[in-house]
Amino acid sequence: MTSSISEKFATLKSENRMAFMPFITAGDPDLATTVDVLKELARQGVDLVEVGFPYSDPIADGPVIQESYTRALNNGFHVHDLFEALKALSADESVSLPPLVGMVSYAIIFRYGADRFLQEAADAGFSGLIVPDLPGDEAQEFAEKTRTAQLDLVQLVSPLTPEDRTRRIVQAANGFIYCISVAGTTGVRDELPPELTAHLESLRSLTDLPLAVGFGISKPSHVDTLRGKADGFIIGSAIVKQFAAFSDPDKTRDEVISSIGKYAGEMAAATKG
Amino acid sequence: MTTSLSNVPDSSGRFGEFGRRFVPETLMHALEELTQEYEKAKQDPAFQAELDDLLKHYVGRPNPLYFAERLTEHCGGGKIYFKREDLNHTGAHKINNTMGQALLTMRMGKKRVIAETGAGQHGVASAVACARFGLECIVYMGEEDIRRQKLNVFNMKMMGAEVRGVSSGSKTLRDAVNEAMRDWMSSVETTHYIIGSVIGPHPFPMMVRDFQSVIGKEAREQCLAQTGKLPDHVIACVGGGSNSAGMFYPFIDDEGVKLTGVEAGGRGPEPGEHASTLSYGAKGVLHGSFGYVLQDDDGQTMDVHSISAGLDYPGVGPEHSYWKDSGRVNYTAITDDEALEGFQTMARLEGIIPAIESSHAIAYAVKAARQASPDETIVVCLSGRGDKDVNEVARLLGREI
Repeated sequence: MTSSISEKFATLKSENRMAFMPFITAGDPDLATTVDVLKELARQGVDLVEVGFPYSDPIADGPVIQESYTRALNNGFHVHDLFEALKALSADESVSLPPLVGMVSYAIIFRYGADRFLQEAADAGFSGLIVPDLPGDEAQEFAEKTRTAQLDLVQLVSPLTPEDRTRRIVQAANGFIYCISVAGTTGVRDELPPELTAHLESLRSLTDLPLAVGFGISKPSHVDTLRGKADGFIIGSAIVKQFAAFSDPDKTRDEVISSIGKYAGEMAAATKG
Repeated sequence: MTTSLSNVPDSSGRFGEFGRRFVPETLMHALEELTQEYEKAKQDPAFQAELDDLLKHYVGRPNPLYFAERLTEHCGGGKIYFKREDLNHTGAHKINNTMGQALLTMRMGKKRVIAETGAGQHGVASAVACARFGLECIVYMGEEDIRRQKLNVFNMKMMGAEVRGVSSGSKTLRDAVNEAMRDWMSSVETTHYIIGSVIGPHPFPMMVRDFQSVIGKEAREQCLAQTGKLPDHVIACVGGGSNSAGMFYPFIDDEGVKLTGVEAGGRGPEPGEHASTLSYGAKGVLHGSFGYVLQDDDGQTMDVHSISAGLDYPGVGPEHSYWKDSGRVNYTAITDDEALEGFQTMARLEGIIPAIESSHAIAYAVKAARQASPDETIVVCLSGRGDKDVNEVARLLGREI
């Protein structure tokens, strides 16, 4: 199966570019804003978008993303409403959406019903899923289901994952490998760890899948560090923290969306080197 | 059927369909290492001898199985016995587990420990174990629980632990677990997370159960010695479920022994008013394992309520989930008001001030004893003493201290 994620990475590779994948929280502060932010990100030329499903007990996320999840849940976020909103957006021919990758806790998928979740996710226009609390060992049955639904199941590899375990994980993965840059939770960090380069080289020797680096990336200099070593990068907290401004009475909604777009545009430009 | 109940979990941490590991990849290697180290320690006579010695000379085990004559008379039915975990050093069962896990921490060459606590008893027991062995100790505690449990917070600090308040969510145990998991994500190479209940990813539910099984093993032997037979009914309170898992496990293959877990019924059965996960929850994932969870239709964890900081947790150990579905253990709920009544009855009739957690089990035991005949024996796990709760109880009763 050639997914839209694979196609995107292949195209970027032929253009000698890295993929820029911003992360946004669905429903922060509401789904109408999520849709407008997605349109803005598409206009700015981002390559893929990671859409986070708000979850009440996110143990892999730092405070910025947790607060964003809390805002969305307090505003009445529901999974089905997100799917409906994205389905309508995908059908809008005036928007050329990049591939969407859902970041979602298995707690949500299980409770919603895996088959129903996958069907609705595919109908809503998702190309793949990242399920951070479903490590390779537990993912076999769900991986089968995602294949049936023609979605990619992206697997995560941490700097603490031993090589034999990494081999098993990359064999079961598709779409891309989510390379966690540091042991820890999501969040902005000043510098990327020096051992990241060796980790990426080691991963490169184990898989032909694209390598996308996440956790701690926020500025163009980080992207320069990754050039030639990774195929893409994910920015979460640095974008999500800007969503807090939607509740700032001194800023209009359009100003905040425009500011998020400007930042995304700068990072998208950085991928071209 | 019943003989297989004691042979879980399997090597992947499955109690039937429950348990397993639903955690970020960053933690997987540490869980593998911990599993291997625990398996080695379990087979190591030197480890077991050191733990036994600590439990005997430091914790004060075996603690008594006490016949509550006045409470029995008051109920006018079955004979009520208490397994006196309240007489352990630190005044609760939690220390059985922290001693074991502190020894494991040192076996793994780690110097830093993190823990989470609700009522503070596990935090105190972790602080004690770390002070005893010279380990750095950080305890995560919800700010609401810090308010409710000032005495335990003070005690932890006295023993050198750092107490970190958690202000997210409901500011209670569940949020403290989230925060401790996050700390562990970034410190896993140097830090052991002493989980305080039979929850979390494999091997924690198995390991904590094993360390707590000393409760049920002693109670079983003492009951045979003191009454000449096994108990007819064993009762313990269930939040995450560690005192009850430790109490029930050694009886699990004794088909004639009725087992009852008592959850926090709070103010009533409506969502958000109680913490009765097994009574009202559904299957799902929380804090790294699969079991019953109080959650909405989207899998979002619900807020819970209990008079007891130690019981207001929206999940429960996977083995309890397994026992519920197998029918081996009966789970029921006792309300805040009934627990308060149990607390006062115990204090007046037996001169024992119980933990408010244990008061749930006591309140249910009173009901059960009334239905039982005088030749029936009911053993209740008195999981902890109530010193930590007296301020909160006084407040709820409208009295001044």
